Amino acid sequence: MSGRLPSLLVLADGTVFEGEAAGAPAEVATGELVFNTVMSGYQEVITDPSYAGQVIAFTYPHIGNYGVAASDDESRRPFCRGVVVRDLSNRPSSWRSSRTLESFLRSHGIPALTGVDTRRLTRHIREAGAMPCAFGTAPEDRLLAAARVEPGTDGVDLVATVTTDRPYTAGHGPLSVVAYDFGIKRAILAQLGTMATVEVVPASTPADEVLARRPDGVFLSNGPGDPAAVGYAAETISQLLGRVPVFGICLGHQLLATALGARTFKLPFGHHGGNHPVRRLDGGAVEITSQNHNYAVDEGSLAAADVTHVNLNDGVVEGIRCRDVPAFGVQYHPEAGPGPHDARYLFEEFRRLMLQGALT
Amino acid sequence: MPKRDDIESVLVIGSGPIVIGQACEFDYSGTQACRVLRAEGYRVILANSNPATIMTDPELAHRTYVEPLDADVLAAIVERERPDALLPTLGGQTALNLATQLHERGVLDAFGVEMIGANAEAIRTAENRERFKEAMTGIGLEVPASGFAHSLEEAMKVGEEIGFPLIIRPSYILGGQGTGIAHDADTLRALASTGLAASPISEVLIESSIAGWKEYELEVMRDRADNCVVVCSIENFDPMGVHTGDSITVAPAQTLSDVEYQAMRDSAFACIRRIGVDTGGSNIQFAVDPADGRQVVIEMNPRVSRSSALASKATGFPIAKIAARLAVGYTLDEIANDITRKTPASFEPTIDYVVTKVPRWAFEKFPGTAEILGTRMQSVGEVMAIGRTFPESLQKGMRSLEHGRLGLNCDPAEQLLDSLSDDELVRRAAVGTPDRPFQLEAALRRGISVERLAEATAVDPWFLDQIAQVTAERAALAERGLAGMDRAAFRRAKRLGFSDGQLAYLFGVPEGEVRTSRLAAGVTATFKTVDTCGAEFEAATPYHYSTYEEEDEVRPGDRPKVVILGSGPNRIGQGIEFDYCCVHASFALREAGYETVMVNCNPETVSTDYDTSDRLYFEPLTTEDVQNVLDVETRSGGGPVVGVIVGLGGQTPLKLASRLPEGMVLGTSPEAIDLAEDRERWADLCRRLGIPQPPGGTAVTVDEAVAVADRVGYPVLVRPSYVLGGRAMEIVYDADGLRRAMAELAAVGSLGREGGLSAERPVLVDRFLEDAIEVDVDALRDRDGEVLIGGVMEHVEEAGVHSGDSACVIPPPTLPHDVIELLEAHTRAIAGALGVQGPINVQYAVKDHEVYVIEANPRASRTVPFVAKATGVPLAKVAARLMLGSTLAELRTDGLLVDPVDGGHVSVKEAVLPFNRFPDVDTVLGPEMRSTGEVMGIDTTFGLAFAKSQIAAGNRLPDSGSVFMSLADRDKPGGAVAARRFVELGFSLVATAGTAHFLEAEGIPVEAVVAKVGEAEPAPGSLDAIDLIGSGKVQLVVNTPQGRGPRADGAYIRTAASVHNVPCLTTVAAARAAAAGMADWGSHALQVRSLQEFHEGGQLRLPV
Repeated sequence: MSGRLPSLLVLADGTVFEGEAAGAPAEVATGELVFNTVMSGYQEVITDPSYAGQVIAFTYPHIGNYGVAASDDESRRPFCRGVVVRDLSNRPSSWRSSRTLESFLRSHGIPALTGVDTRRLTRHIREAGAMPCAFGTAPEDRLLAAARVEPGTDGVDLVATVTTDRPYTAGHGPLSVVAYDFGIKRAILAQLGTMATVEVVPASTPADEVLARRPDGVFLSNGPGDPAAVGYAAETISQLLGRVPVFGICLGHQLLATALGARTFKLPFGHHGGNHPVRRLDGGAVEITSQNHNYAVDEGSLAAADVTHVNLNDGVVEGIRCRDVPAFGVQYHPEAGPGPHDARYLFEEFRRLMLQGALT
Repeated sequence: MPKRDDIESVLVIGSGPIVIGQACEFDYSGTQACRVLRAEGYRVILANSNPATIMTDPELAHRTYVEPLDADVLAAIVERERPDALLPTLGGQTALNLATQLHERGVLDAFGVEMIGANAEAIRTAENRERFKEAMTGIGLEVPASGFAHSLEEAMKVGEEIGFPLIIRPSYILGGQGTGIAHDADTLRALASTGLAASPISEVLIESSIAGWKEYELEVMRDRADNCVVVCSIENFDPMGVHTGDSITVAPAQTLSDVEYQAMRDSAFACIRRIGVDTGGSNIQFAVDPADGRQVVIEMNPRVSRSSALASKATGFPIAKIAARLAVGYTLDEIANDITRKTPASFEPTIDYVVTKVPRWAFEKFPGTAEILGTRMQSVGEVMAIGRTFPESLQKGMRSLEHGRLGLNCDPAEQLLDSLSDDELVRRAAVGTPDRPFQLEAALRRGISVERLAEATAVDPWFLDQIAQVTAERAALAERGLAGMDRAAFRRAKRLGFSDGQLAYLFGVPEGEVRTSRLAAGVTATFKTVDTCGAEFEAATPYHYSTYEEEDEVRPGDRPKVVILGSGPNRIGQGIEFDYCCVHASFALREAGYETVMVNCNPETVSTDYDTSDRLYFEPLTTEDVQNVLDVETRSGGGPVVGVIVGLGGQTPLKLASRLPEGMVLGTSPEAIDLAEDRERWADLCRRLGIPQPPGGTAVTVDEAVAVADRVGYPVLVRPSYVLGGRAMEIVYDADGLRRAMAELAAVGSLGREGGLSAERPVLVDRFLEDAIEVDVDALRDRDGEVLIGGVMEHVEEAGVHSGDSACVIPPPTLPHDVIELLEAHTRAIAGALGVQGPINVQYAVKDHEVYVIEANPRASRTVPFVAKATGVPLAKVAARLMLGSTLAELRTDGLLVDPVDGGHVSVKEAVLPFNRFPDVDTVLGPEMRSTGEVMGIDTTFGLAFAKSQIAAGNRLPDSGSVFMSLADRDKPGGAVAARRFVELGFSLVATAGTAHFLEAEGIPVEAVVAKVGEAEPAPGSLDAIDLIGSGKVQLVVNTPQGRGPRADGAYIRTAASVHNVPCLTTVAAARAAAAGMADWGSHALQVRSLQEFHEGGQLRLPV
């Protein structure tokens, strides 16, 4: 006997899933429902600010097995709206674990749902697309009503909800990098921090302020939601291009493309997992990558840059390099956290680009 | 990179007989490889001595050599076929070792054969522990503190330096053979000595023991463009110290955080790159210190392994198929993922369920062996179970084992643990045994804490907590009672894997009642799909498992459906032969327009490959689970379910026959099956047909048994009814022996554990016919009554040795024509009287020209594949068609049924016995089957074929030297015939006193007389038998037992032969056959010939 309260998950299209309440108590919690296919790394996913506004359903049934370790947090707190799992582990086992996932969620006010047929849920989203949902202990009709009025992420500036209030410094490397925080992950700072002293700045920081710091390079971070909703950032980036080497990851990559005049579009259910094959067009090697994005760059609209990486599953653009200015971006997560380390060479490329910039 | 066009032909080496540590997983991988290479347009040459494999079906390769896997033989095949390439990575350790030998002998260079997949250098680095350790240290990976030794003195010195406890592993060995843990100098000395003997290069690794650490495996693939992927991570339930083949293992890894998992992944890639496996799969084992996460590399296999087969079945990623493509030049991104069809193979599968593998042991077959798991693998098979959660998959795994358990306890057998004190229970659970999971559950049920158990057993607390959830749910269910079970309660219980049988036990009601009320509550099994991607993409491949969720994913087609029940885990008496039959049925019925549905739970097999059948259900073979499959097949629509095939998977499906819905069993009716098993009705039938049986009767009590024996006369054969592989069968020579045997059957041992004897399970007591020739006949009968005799097999060993352990021959070498005709006539009569529609196997004993029937089994037998390979007639395929109503005449017209060939050849099937794994067990053959596998020798004379079968079985007959003979009195006259032949062949004889005396009286010279152990004080300076065998001065041992007890005289001689790897024959018949073999082998040059050539040899009828 679990002693948990029965709880429902209702999608905006009226589909209902049974479960039991977990995490922070909630009668009604809402958000855009996405699924993630990683088998390990739930803590990094849950604390990734890119999930702001979203409810994360894990396809792997047992979540919480090795508990939570402070050093694995990807940001100061989780920004997601909820977590849906098949089975939340009661008793974690790991020499590094300091608490259970459930107590972590509860202390951050994140509601969760356990006991859910997450495979049926995934199959449904795969067919119907990511969509708003509501879950909690409230009756079905209230949940359905809440799901229907939940705005989702399209056109919403979620970056403003996750970016840092004021600049701060991270890392101790010899170069200097300014990193735009659209929802930056700590794994990225750890990578950049070995090569540079990184000043992390709010998303709204104007270009001239950044240039005034005379950085060796500017990094555009990952972040939540629709790139079209953060037009101000693309505007800033266009002012930086050509004046300083630029490297963007995920939302940063999309904003880089937007600044170059390309369009972005929403994928049916996005890429969220740690096993996506990406071909590096230079040389043809295949990287297994960590991904987390609902939007992607429209290849046809890309004029000033070349595609450098493509997703082998569906052909989506995974990396671009500007033809005329020192700037490149990747849609996936070379910093891992969670996920494979296959693409860490990209940070080295950024370093090389910065060193070249210093020479010229 | 496209496939290579600079090679045209590829030699694939299989793994030979099924042995402990190397089972049907290599048939699965080899079959996939052959298919892929053929499809890619290469000429495929295959060598494998195991006739029961699918890979040796003549359609799978262009040239199939069912020849001994021996370097001389392989060299002859290379010389004859001149392949461009050799693929050594899909036939287990056997293929890898052979490829290395061919390379070292210069055979590959001489004939310009390129090794593909892994080269000799990579194999050496991975397999030689010293080089491996250096290589790993060189790339910064940690390995346990260790040192190598090539002599006993060196071993003791290295051991002292590292400090106890130590683990000792011989180099270049399979499945942990010769490995052990030493806590003191004496054990170290013993282990190092056997280890040095077991290692082909006389080298042992002595390593600091990290028993109790967590153990993991990663299955990795690499292509020639250096793309690497992890196919699957596996975490062992049992900590380090239990061989991974004997551990319960779970996929994916459960208790590694992503940080640790990615570090392990990086190490695995560094390892495969450093070792230099160019293309294909490897598995890399790691140990992790639970206290601080420190990771060390234990070993890597530069080839497809048992774990790769498991990983393939666990994820749906076909490692062997892809390894074969990579070996011929493709890269991962050029190969489509079979399952999604839209995405490439260059990805890492993600799964949304939990897979648990549970080994199946056969300790009951090897009395005297401690049932303790260690670093030497002892299991003979395994099951895999899929559930959405670990408790669900663990419970499914436990009921898949067919050990009479209904799940993780909550069944009658759990009561055996009731009498133990808490401390005793914990103490027992601390030692790895087959009972450990049950002990852990019982301990948690008593309120013993997860912490205490984790401390005592080193089983990870996460696993223990998962078991505790099962225990807690059980308490809640017990309180509720059946009357209180609502939808939510049933759902919770079923989602934790409880079977209806367990609930019935808990509620004290019949299983049917639980099922009825569960269905009334609206709780039914749902079927999900194994798709490699966690449902991210649509799956094209119909590979399903049951769980209790909210939707079914089964999508049948329109054709009529046939459900084939497989044979479950490999065990002694039921192995790959039955999987072969099920796979053939699936192939034949697909071709005939049916949709085939396979149900099985053995991850090693071809039957559980997702493209063998139209649909695969990876499920336990129990009434409930099979019923669930029938239900979903029915409710999902599509074509009608025509019926269920139970007659091809051995005893497992047969036992379910009577519990399937009325009219569902295809072919021979369940009533006929029962009739053949029911002693009285069977005796009536034989009487009616006028076929003599050895006189006998049935007994439930000791006194009844003695009365039967008094009536029929001693010796008698005593055997329980309804068992497999002659389990617990014994020949007794007097009333005392009979009383002892009956007492054992009733009280102790595994039969006692399953409920002992009863009126439903009586003991059969039959007069034993001494020195009779045993004969097996395989036949098929169609619905119109026509009978096809598939093969008449004469056994080499006399009746009394289990037919599965005896060598047998086609065509019969000594049976007169009229006896063969009589055997065939009896078989026709029995098949007719039973109303057989499909296969039947009848066993006979022939004594003094008189034919006695011993038993009939109206189902496919163990010998079906052997007969098919010997005669070219696809018996299993034909059998399946007959079961669906075709007639033999129709199948002849179709071209499926061909006449048997006579290529002028003799085929010998020889059993392969696992005695090297059980050093304390007597190797004498008896009525209880103990072989794990079989090999086939084919050649132009009986002698040559027999000699090949012995080489293939690992008992190469010597061509010169000494033969040591020690014969029981009743065997002396027969033994003298063999002895004379040995002398004529130039061998010298050594014998024990009595035997020497007899031989010399017959005029046969005996070079030396030695004392038996404990027989008398040996003369000063002279050797006793054990010393003699150990000294290497004897090349062949012939020792027949005095009496047939397990600890009869001579046991020490036979054990010494087994330990020192000297061929040992335990029957006079085998000695005579060996003499014939040695004579022919010595006077003929080695010739190899493919099955295709034998089968093309002509369509002449075999003798009779």
